[in-house]
Amino acid sequence: MGALAVQTYDLGVRFGDFQALYGINLEIPQGSFVAIVGPNGAGKSTLLKVLLGLDPGNLRDGEARLVGRAEVFGQAPKALPASWVGYVPQVKSFDRSFPALALEVVVSGLRRAWPFSIGPREREVALAALAQVGAAHLAERPLGRLSGGELQRVYLARSLVRQPKLLMLDEPATGVDVVGEADLYRHLEAYQRQSGATILMITHDWEAASHHASHVLLLNRTVIAFDPPGLALRHECLSRAFGHVGHAHDAPVIR
Amino acid sequence: MLEALQLPFIQRALIAGVLVGAIASYLGVFIVQRRLSFLGDGLAHAAFAGVALGLLLGTQPVYVAVPFAVAVALAITWVRERTSLGEDTTIGVFFAFSVALGVLLMSMRQGYTADALSYIFGSILTVTWPDLWAVVLLGVLMFLLLPLWGRWAYATFERELALADRLPVLRQDYLLAALIAVVTVMSVKVVGIVLIAAFLVIPAATSRMLSPTFARMTLWAVLIGVMTSLLGLFLSYYLDTPSGATIVLIQVALFLLALLLRQK
Ligand SMILES: Nc1ncnc2c1ncn2[C@@H]1O[C@H](COP(=O)(O)OP(=O)(O)O)[C@@H](O)[C@H]1O
Ligand SMILES: [Mg+2]
Repeated sequence: MGALAVQTYDLGVRFGDFQALYGINLEIPQGSFVAIVGPNGAGKSTLLKVLLGLDPGNLRDGEARLVGRAEVFGQAPKALPASWVGYVPQVKSFDRSFPALALEVVVSGLRRAWPFSIGPREREVALAALAQVGAAHLAERPLGRLSGGELQRVYLARSLVRQPKLLMLDEPATGVDVVGEADLYRHLEAYQRQSGATILMITHDWEAASHHASHVLLLNRTVIAFDPPGLALRHECLSRAFGHVGHAHDAPVIR
Repeated sequence: MLEALQLPFIQRALIAGVLVGAIASYLGVFIVQRRLSFLGDGLAHAAFAGVALGLLLGTQPVYVAVPFAVAVALAITWVRERTSLGEDTTIGVFFAFSVALGVLLMSMRQGYTADALSYIFGSILTVTWPDLWAVVLLGVLMFLLLPLWGRWAYATFERELALADRLPVLRQDYLLAALIAVVTVMSVKVVGIVLIAAFLVIPAATSRMLSPTFARMTLWAVLIGVMTSLLGLFLSYYLDTPSGATIVLIQVALFLLALLLRQK
């Protein structure tokens, strides 16, 4: 099976008296493309935050308790060099009121600080990352004037610019049209071919996921299935994750 | 104009005004982008309670007001981070506490309250040497903290990304709140308590409308803060008007101008 990118041991997260995740035991091989699928509130975002080494509750709303253990490339997530990991947060959390150009957003991913001015070398690398996702023309565009799909591309470029070994995306396909979604998979697969990186991507579109992912992680507060798409997306697994679904085709559309 | 510059109290007021204008506007860009305007308000009133305590104790008010306001700033940040109470509610509680305490302390001081008015509306006649030294010290500190701009800006842009990149975001929150408290107290003599919140926010809000990038927003805000402080202090000396109101009215005029320019 080769080396593991992510391994968890009985991982659980509790917010106050709400158990958001429990008994998560995962072994994700390096170089896999994992689609994380599950209903709203299944703990998908929480799982990514744990793997990022973030406090899952961001310290708000009382204490978040973490039990068990997670390892990323054999290390505790917090101990991992930040440049190994790329992250695209959920689109609803993007702040467009910040005065910034798309290029600056990408450079911030390179520098891990906000750029006061951009040197020629940084500019070149950042422009290449934008070009990689077909967004070179957006470089000098203010954030406030980007559409949802364009903003997603800029954030994707931002996460790719540091050449991460592990790329985590939280619902990058939400609010993106079908062509945009196809593009997204194309860019992700191209990056994976070139770098051998591991990709974890939360998505609600399991049709698309089943064509592109190497594994599907069906999650509903615990692991329902972690298998190649054909196995994980069987009817009985889906109904265990989502409650009763009449037929896999008319399964509930989750936003 | 030139002979006014010979007067030591004018010199002190100008130096204090320029420094305070620069620092307040610099912090103002973070206040505006982090939507902390109400924090400035709350801390201005904490400064009021601190000044009242200082006057009652008969010391230099600034020596009491700085630690008091910093303590309130840290407490607000702590409560905000530990509870799910909104920002506004948390600040509202401390706001009320500070005003009530300030009024109580003022009333305990028998008789003479004319100097208290100079704190409420600002008066350039009253900038003392200890006031000036405190402002200069803060200026040096802020200069030393300039390299942190990139990290503060990053966490202002996206808190979660900054956390994922292992920036000490929580420590930043406390540091920023404490600095805002200090500059608020330092601005009391120049602008007066009632207008400090505006003084913190308007230059940054004005430059926000004119700037496509955060770097330019910062530069313009500082420039606007310095120029309006200088101009306002001169005008208030010649027209014999309260300095704070004069400065803030100039800032508002600039703000309106920026609003018009932006619409083009
Ligand atoms: N900071 C928090 N405090 C309390 N509850 C939280 C917090 N973050 C998430 N939760 C809860 O944990 C559950 C899982 O959340 P999340 O991981 O965001 O779900 P998903 O991304 O799968 O929709 C939800 O019920 C949510 O309300
Ligand atoms: Mg989520």
